[in-house]
Amino acid sequence: MSKSLLIKDARVIDSKNDIDASGSILIKDGKIASISIGHPISYNKEETMVIDASPYIVTPGLVDLHVHLREPGFEHKETIQTGTYAAIRGGFTAVCPMANTNPVNDNATVTSFMIRKAIQEGYCYLFPVGAITKGQNGLELAEMALMREAGAVAFSDDGKPVMNSLVMRRALEYSKYLDVPIISHAEDDNLSDGGLINEGHVSSELGIKGIPSASEEVMIARDLALARLTGGRLHIAHVSTKWSVELIRRAKVEGINVTAETCPHYFTLSEQEALGYNTLAKVNPPLRTEEDMLAIKEGLRDGTIDVIATDHAPHHKDEKLLEFDKAPFGISGFDTALSLSLNLVREGLLTYKELFKKLSSMPASIIKIKGGSINIGDEANLIIIDTEKKYILTEEVMYSKGKNTPFLNRELQGKVVYTIFKERIYHESS
Amino acid sequence: MKKDLVSIKSLAVDELELILNTAFSFKDVLKRDIKKVPTLRGKTVVNLFFEPSTRTRTSFELAEKRLSADVYNFSVPTSSVVKGESLYDTIKTIQAYGADYIVIRHFCSGVPFLLSGMVSASVINAGDGTNEHPTQALLDAFTIKEKKGEIKGLNIAIVGDIRHSRVARSNTYSLIKLGANIRYIAPATLMPCCVPEGVKVFYDINEGLRGVDVIMALRVQKERMDKAFFPSEREYFKLYGITAERVNLADSNVIIMHPGPMNRGIEISSEVADSTKAVILEQVTNGIAVRMAVLYLIGDSNE
Repeated sequence: MSKSLLIKDARVIDSKNDIDASGSILIKDGKIASISIGHPISYNKEETMVIDASPYIVTPGLVDLHVHLREPGFEHKETIQTGTYAAIRGGFTAVCPMANTNPVNDNATVTSFMIRKAIQEGYCYLFPVGAITKGQNGLELAEMALMREAGAVAFSDDGKPVMNSLVMRRALEYSKYLDVPIISHAEDDNLSDGGLINEGHVSSELGIKGIPSASEEVMIARDLALARLTGGRLHIAHVSTKWSVELIRRAKVEGINVTAETCPHYFTLSEQEALGYNTLAKVNPPLRTEEDMLAIKEGLRDGTIDVIATDHAPHHKDEKLLEFDKAPFGISGFDTALSLSLNLVREGLLTYKELFKKLSSMPASIIKIKGGSINIGDEANLIIIDTEKKYILTEEVMYSKGKNTPFLNRELQGKVVYTIFKERIYHESS
Repeated sequence: MKKDLVSIKSLAVDELELILNTAFSFKDVLKRDIKKVPTLRGKTVVNLFFEPSTRTRTSFELAEKRLSADVYNFSVPTSSVVKGESLYDTIKTIQAYGADYIVIRHFCSGVPFLLSGMVSASVINAGDGTNEHPTQALLDAFTIKEKKGEIKGLNIAIVGDIRHSRVARSNTYSLIKLGANIRYIAPATLMPCCVPEGVKVFYDINEGLRGVDVIMALRVQKERMDKAFFPSEREYFKLYGITAERVNLADSNVIIMHPGPMNRGIEISSEVADSTKAVILEQVTNGIAVRMAVLYLIGDSNE
């Protein structure tokens, strides 16, 4: 790129600095050089590449608190290289991979490996989430402080719950010193009991074992009680049910130190997607009912749900071609998250500022990283979005190695035109 | 008829009735001295059983042989499936053998449905997971029709582990389509999470059996106790066992059915199982006739 880059006449959305106005941003050497809202910007015409962004939104790069990059161990599904590339093309400039790799990220060596690999081959920032317990076995605490030192920003046994309440209590206590969130994969394994989709009309229709909503709700209730007891920082992953939202809402009123996330598929799709034994709709927690979807949206609107994360869970095509029971849980999310989240603005549920707070500044502040705002002198990690652009999602247009999404062959709206990550620029058509 | 029989749910009422009426003609064949007709001569049927089964498999095999088909049994423990071959590849291989019909039983719900979209052969579901067991429901409907003349308006009680029973599910679909009134009788732990519309639920067997025309007992799996569905066989029998005293609560012409294999003394007393009201062995014979009808009818559209 030329030395300077000007994003001219965009709609600038900066949730943290409370900006939603027309303006221009000048970037020099990968850093924000000046911001001009409402009046012309001065720049050197010879040395500056100009992007006419008048029909577009410019906003800070998105931060994804919940992803699975599958490396080390499951490189046939995704790698740090392919995953971070899909992330950057989807508008994410920082991602937090979960610890369910092989070996499990339960020690500083694996944490360091992930970070080093991202620096060498990756396309965006990578902030690992370490395991709460050794081997994600739910029994003994993993070396959280050593992982924190190596760069882990949060801890979770995601993919599995910490079934032992005492271990969860200890994790919430121990992590206080580290000032990191404990991310709860809220599921009672005994209640899930090998279920595959939401327990209800569709599971009944298909003759498939269901996972009741209560499986998620009892664990959220437990973890809220433990957060109340310990004062630890609790973050609830992938909220999917109506009553979960209600529990978190009440806990927040009580002042419990809790934040919560949901994923685009939980406010976009219902259990109906599984009809026809569609393994692409098999995800954990499962897609729920229309009523749950509405409650999730209300939770996003009233602020009960703080964050939208992808839970990007890529799988190989052959794995989703298996029998419904055997196919793995998970939806590939980087390629669709922004388009689906923009629907919340189109439906009038959120303003752009509120939406990008949940996609960027809020997740950044939960893991205490820079980002989520546009400030002079900061690294220029920005995305430029065409909110009107419509496209059909096909395997060919997806960047992730995992093409496992129920949104295949559907029309989506809203696309990243440019992602700017430090000195690199990615254009939609490049 | 359609290419496949994957579920009762997807069958139209006239298709159901066509199968039942055709089965009556095949039952006549079974009464002959030479019990074989040339209907499927030159056709290949593959019986693909991913789950152990003696009764259903024998019944299908007899039906196929009596229709003069070439029969090949693909049994899982000796096949490449145990070597890690995916279902997709197994199916494609069987298709390449030139099978005209695939009879499949699988422990995962939905496999026959998925299979029917993958192959040109006719697929017959011989039981999939906790989903459906269509030919069992057809033979049950046939047996009721044979005994009672008309299914419409009958009160039929299904008793036992309804939650895990593909037999109960398929029977519910077919008997509702044919106009019967269905009652479910089970402890709440063994009731399905969503009971189909129109089905009456009873936790009290004495109340549930009152005046019924048909009692369908289901097999109770002993391993259910390990997962806390009920405390003991003794208590189960006490609360839900079908005994002679309870049969007396039903209509005086009641018939007792069971898909087999039975657990005597758990879901049904020997006295009832061996009584003249029980039609359990006739169900077995009717199974062959009904399966012949199914093979004949879905074969018809292949011509």
